[in-house]
Amino acid sequence: MKGLSRDRLWSIAVLTPSIILIAVFVYGFIARSVYVSMTDWGNDPAQALALNPIIRFTGLANYQDLFTGFLQGRFRQELISTIFFTLFFILGCLGLGLGLALILDRNPRGEGLWRTIFLFPMSLSFIVTGTIWRWMLQPQGGVNQVTTLFGAPPSTFAWLSSTDSIWKFDWNKLPLLTASVVGVVLIVLAVRAARNGERTRTLVAGACAALLLGWALLIGPNLKLLPAPEFHGFNLALIGIIIAAVWQMSGYTMALYLAGLRGIPEELREAAKVDGANDIGMYQHVIFPLLAPITLSAMIVLGHISLKIFDLVYAMAGPDNVNTSVPALNMYLTSFRQNQFALGAAIGTILLILVAFVIVPYLTSQFRTEEGKA
Amino acid sequence: MKKALLLAAALAVTTSASAAGKLEIFSWWSGDEGPALEALVKLYKQKYPSVNVDNATVSGGAGTNAKAVLKTRMLGGTPPDSFQAHAGQELIGTWVVAGRMEDLSSLFKSEGWDKVFPKDLVKLISTNGKPWSVPVNVHRSNVMWYNPAKLKTWGVTVPKTWPEFIKTCATLKGKGVAAPLVVGENWTQQHLWESVMIGTLGAQGWENLWSGKLKFSDPRVVGAFTTFGQVMDCANKDASGLSWQQASDRIIDGTSAFNIMGDWAAGYFTTTKKLTPNAGFGWAAAPGTTKTFVMLADSFGLPKGAKDRAEALNWLKVLGSKAGQDAFNPLKGSIAARTDSDLSKYNTYSKSAAADWKSNKIVGSMVHGAVAPESFTSAFGAVIDQFVSSKNAQGAAAAAQQLAVRAGISK
Repeated sequence: MKGLSRDRLWSIAVLTPSIILIAVFVYGFIARSVYVSMTDWGNDPAQALALNPIIRFTGLANYQDLFTGFLQGRFRQELISTIFFTLFFILGCLGLGLGLALILDRNPRGEGLWRTIFLFPMSLSFIVTGTIWRWMLQPQGGVNQVTTLFGAPPSTFAWLSSTDSIWKFDWNKLPLLTASVVGVVLIVLAVRAARNGERTRTLVAGACAALLLGWALLIGPNLKLLPAPEFHGFNLALIGIIIAAVWQMSGYTMALYLAGLRGIPEELREAAKVDGANDIGMYQHVIFPLLAPITLSAMIVLGHISLKIFDLVYAMAGPDNVNTSVPALNMYLTSFRQNQFALGAAIGTILLILVAFVIVPYLTSQFRTEEGKA
Repeated sequence: MKKALLLAAALAVTTSASAAGKLEIFSWWSGDEGPALEALVKLYKQKYPSVNVDNATVSGGAGTNAKAVLKTRMLGGTPPDSFQAHAGQELIGTWVVAGRMEDLSSLFKSEGWDKVFPKDLVKLISTNGKPWSVPVNVHRSNVMWYNPAKLKTWGVTVPKTWPEFIKTCATLKGKGVAAPLVVGENWTQQHLWESVMIGTLGAQGWENLWSGKLKFSDPRVVGAFTTFGQVMDCANKDASGLSWQQASDRIIDGTSAFNIMGDWAAGYFTTTKKLTPNAGFGWAAAPGTTKTFVMLADSFGLPKGAKDRAEALNWLKVLGSKAGQDAFNPLKGSIAARTDSDLSKYNTYSKSAAADWKSNKIVGSMVHGAVAPESFTSAFGAVIDQFVSSKNAQGAAAAAQQLAVRAGISK
């Protein structure tokens, strides 16, 4: 009776409460939110806060509204902003964190002090960081006064209030763009597979690419999501928020990288030196490859922070600034200010899917390696 | 004899103790507005000394935080005995339509408020002839502020209509004033939009807009949007980073000539900036709205299921009384909603506003919740933002029309 040993019973007894709690309060509520996002709760103000509201099932209407509805241009801009924010935030944190870690790895004087200083911003909450940086990025604020130190007139860059954006594209062309990008990626895959001599792979990838590109050329241009062109791009006002976010989180990546660097055995470096590697070669061929798993886990952590970011933006640019807004902020305003609970739940669900895109591949790879080891 | 007296005293204490009630008032009046609320509570305590008043204030500008807390409490079934809300559609469109407020008709009748509050105001706080809240104070939204000395230097006069304003703006730009008009963050732009609309469509047109008789897609409204675009061309480019106080500062230091802001700016100029009315700062009705008073008001209502209903009703009586309004408003920097208030207690600006309150046509403010429900006002910010960057009047009007249909204002 291996199945009912004392240990097993104990472990089941100990685990059951948390399994039940997680089932109800995490997965149950996720299911409830997804259900609410497919109803019309809140579209009629009279029903939104009534004692026994009449809620009707409307399928994917809320999602359709978010992606193609005339009024939801703000949400679409936020999606684009989130993508740019995530990209620059992760790149900034990884770059700065790695740089600081490499410097500290050379054992400078007062290393412990520097480590504390660089790691310190992480102990603040985003709302504090946001408030400090909002002061510094005001039109007459600290950052714009820096140039006066060198005798130049103060800079006039509108850090948080700029309404200009770059890299604009028409939302109507989004299906076309997506299909083209995926098509090109598939072609690259097909060419690679052909070089490696994998026939089925080449054929499948090639056929998919042809199908997608054909669609993009023939049907894509005629497809209109919106009646009028709608341009979205990278708003310059986001730069200020990215700077603050990088300032806050790069200490964390530094700590991760520093731990990684210290974990590389001295023998490896010595062996590389004996083999005649110079500094650059050693980093390129020995150290950076060993840091790759750290980069991955840092990207996962930073990625989901940046997708869910709310408090930093709220503190720095305020809730009503469309140019710097993010989906989480819109979700809060839609649900709790406009009382449109269904639409808010739909935005929440989209955020969940975005986070899942980041987390799920990571989790599966973790499980695989664990199984491989066991 | 002494014993009997003691006994009587003890009895009196116990009876009053058993009669002692509780009253919880929920508001967002903290900080600068705290003392004004305190004055009201003091007045209430004088009349009902045995009641224990619980002042449940949730701080945060314009009640953003308080409203979220209120929603949680109402949905959770523990409403406060009486809570603050912007008078008009903000309360009606959120809580009244959901069937969670008590109709105050009998209170209005017994206190004779129908006669002391202006008719236009009672209309704004009622649906189908039933009033839902007691307005405590009144602010005016359509005021244009300027710096008299600076206008003299520039040699311009206060424009009376929006086309005249745009001409004045061109003159000022010719004299090297980069931004003749100063605006701040999103809601102050909506605030300006409201004044441009009323100044262009007229008070009646504005009322028709909110009763659904006039559609946002109407050519006249589109034209007003175009005017708004021209007015915004006169404004500063760093608007979204400025609070309304920072925007007002630019009038004082002469960077800009005009600012459209509610009359809380008068309090800021006189109290914080120590300026004298008519010398340090001047004011006029926003262009095209001379005989119109665009109002917003803070008010208290009675939620269904309030635990201490009788005490809450007494509280509402104090709020609507002459003594209550005259205790509160001079401290808050607003004017009384009643037309019979004691004007000697008010400052120069408030006296002029109170005179207009009695004589002008009264309409409600959109951005401050009097004529549109929260679902409209909150989403309208995005429409203004899009319009300011694209200047597409047709598109903005169409978007506003869709919002109006969704919010149940227009069919």
